[in-house]
Amino acid sequence: MNADVRAMKTPAEQALSAAFAAARGALPGKGAVGTLREDAFRRFDASGLPHRRIEEWKYTDLRALMREAKPLAEPAKTKGVVPGLVGVEASRVAIVNGRYEPNWSDFNTGDPGITLTELFAFAAEQTSYRLGDVPGKDDTAFWLNTAFMTGGVVVRVKKGVCVEKPVQLAHIFASAAAAAMYPRCVVIVEAGARLTLIESFDGPDGIDYQVNSAIELVIGEGALVDHIKIGRDGDAALRVSTLGVTVEGKANYRDFAFTTGGAVVRNQTFVRFGREGTEATISGATLIKNRQHVDNTLVIEHAAGGCTSRERFRSVLDDESHGIFQGKIVVEPHAQKTDAKMASHALLLSDEAESDNKPELEIFADDVQCGHGATAGALDNTLKFYLMSRGIPEDQAEALLIQAFVGEAIEDVAHEGVREALLQASVKWLDARA
Amino acid sequence: MAFLEVKNLHVEVEDKKILNGLTLSVEKGQVAAIMGPNGSGKSTLAYVLAGKDNYKVTEGDVLLDGESILEMAPDERAAKGVFLAFQYPVEVPGVATMTFLRTALNAQRKTRGEAEFSTPEFMKLVRETSKHLGIDQEMLRRAVNVGFSGGEKKRNEILQMAVLRPRLAVLDETDSGLDIDALKIVAEGVNRLRSPERSMIVITHYQRLLNFIVPDVVHVMAKGKVVKSGGKELALQLEAKGYAQFADEAA
Repeated sequence: MNADVRAMKTPAEQALSAAFAAARGALPGKGAVGTLREDAFRRFDASGLPHRRIEEWKYTDLRALMREAKPLAEPAKTKGVVPGLVGVEASRVAIVNGRYEPNWSDFNTGDPGITLTELFAFAAEQTSYRLGDVPGKDDTAFWLNTAFMTGGVVVRVKKGVCVEKPVQLAHIFASAAAAAMYPRCVVIVEAGARLTLIESFDGPDGIDYQVNSAIELVIGEGALVDHIKIGRDGDAALRVSTLGVTVEGKANYRDFAFTTGGAVVRNQTFVRFGREGTEATISGATLIKNRQHVDNTLVIEHAAGGCTSRERFRSVLDDESHGIFQGKIVVEPHAQKTDAKMASHALLLSDEAESDNKPELEIFADDVQCGHGATAGALDNTLKFYLMSRGIPEDQAEALLIQAFVGEAIEDVAHEGVREALLQASVKWLDARA
Repeated sequence: MAFLEVKNLHVEVEDKKILNGLTLSVEKGQVAAIMGPNGSGKSTLAYVLAGKDNYKVTEGDVLLDGESILEMAPDERAAKGVFLAFQYPVEVPGVATMTFLRTALNAQRKTRGEAEFSTPEFMKLVRETSKHLGIDQEMLRRAVNVGFSGGEKKRNEILQMAVLRPRLAVLDETDSGLDIDALKIVAEGVNRLRSPERSMIVITHYQRLLNFIVPDVVHVMAKGKVVKSGGKELALQLEAKGYAQFADEAA
């Protein structure tokens, strides 16, 4: 067999080719952006949708899961409401059907320390930033995003500026018919600056819309960034989100992915520590039921020594849901004194739920501390009995234990308001279960 | 009829017979000590009273205030006033002690059709109770038993008992793993809860605990049943002569 001889294209792959052929002239962004698209599509077309024999996509066989490719979403016709986070004030940037919608947004552009620019305006104006040159750039889903990117924004926090109010990039699908959107955003936090970045995904239930989003996050030296991604997609949605992060030295980076929505979700995060002395926590919590499928995949590259990273994910899996965690930590030869620890824990609430954990360590340096651990199991009966023996009814005891399990993960969120909102969201999820 | 009546109780755990026709009565307000060698079934009795699920009752009955509790779930028994102080209190990560106590107390009250405690009432109750047991506010904010020392865990059990105010408290080897100072604190906590309205079963290997919690009656268990009952002097006799003298009586 020969790798070049691909099996026949699936209907979805054929539709993507047709869509690209039809849209290539009309897609926004000229010149360099156009070249970027062509190149990305060529690479995608050569490999096709990732499938189970591609190790990185082993548990999320996109070729099987994505039966068809939806047409590109049209811009929203009427103005809608941006779903926020209960009790959290934020500067909201609405990205609706894959395009920045200024009149849905309430981003105060008065602050000179932080700028917001539409993606293609940014690409046209400046040449120093190379779009798409991020960790994760060799991933197939990312190529597809680059080929089709429909819009998005660039957020830039200037050197030393501390942005108090969180910025929310609100991805919204607002259409009555299924369609696909490909938002791309860039967030640059310069040296010594601070930002809490919330990213949310919302859409209606019952519509099998598709999202392929990507964020390029650049964290400068000594900067502090909290990124919280909230996946509340509709119950029939398919979403693949790529996050490519470049981190300079002595930075503090915390990333948290909270997923409750969507039929099929893949959060893939690629992080590269390029300079010494950075501390990072990359974590998340997933609460799913029915036949939901959520895959959190990480590739963490310690390319410089003396960085500390913690990767910890927890998932609560009910019914026939399927939770996946893949975490790869790469320590390059000169990255001595790396301290990296990864853990994933799954709580299975039904016999039909499935959890797959694949931790990988690739260590090329000799003076490092690295480790990983994974567990999957049902609720502890000893704990349940202890709670019940104090008078707490079974369903309430279970809810309390599940809440505690998830709560321990949510502790990683530094922003108090966001943390509280996520705790509330998990309580709501549990209430819906009862 | 006594407040607690255990009648001819036969219990199996994983097909192994542990209790062999145990009969026991505990009067209202009485403190009954249960002593016996390892494997005599003392802890099994404690778990069966509390309603642990893998304990299979094959014969007999347990009546609390005249009502059989064997078909009741553990939380229903708790609402009826049964409390078990665990030999090995369980760590509950992520659940703050305060939240745990409040959830338990209000759940019991709700089941009994009583009004839930308001936050200030509840705080006052816990503050006063915990003070006596040397439990500080910091411990109450921490997750239940997580990172607690052996003594702290046992004190936390007594705190729960004091807050939940059971009608029947079963203390399963509450003295195990405690040094003499910790033992005194725990025993004082228990003694404060002695009341004409509250029965207690104090399970222990050693007579030492009974110097601090003086029982009204002592029962000796061997091979899954009560083989001898007597006054508190029976404990001293056991201390002096050991359990061997009773092993034959059970056969």
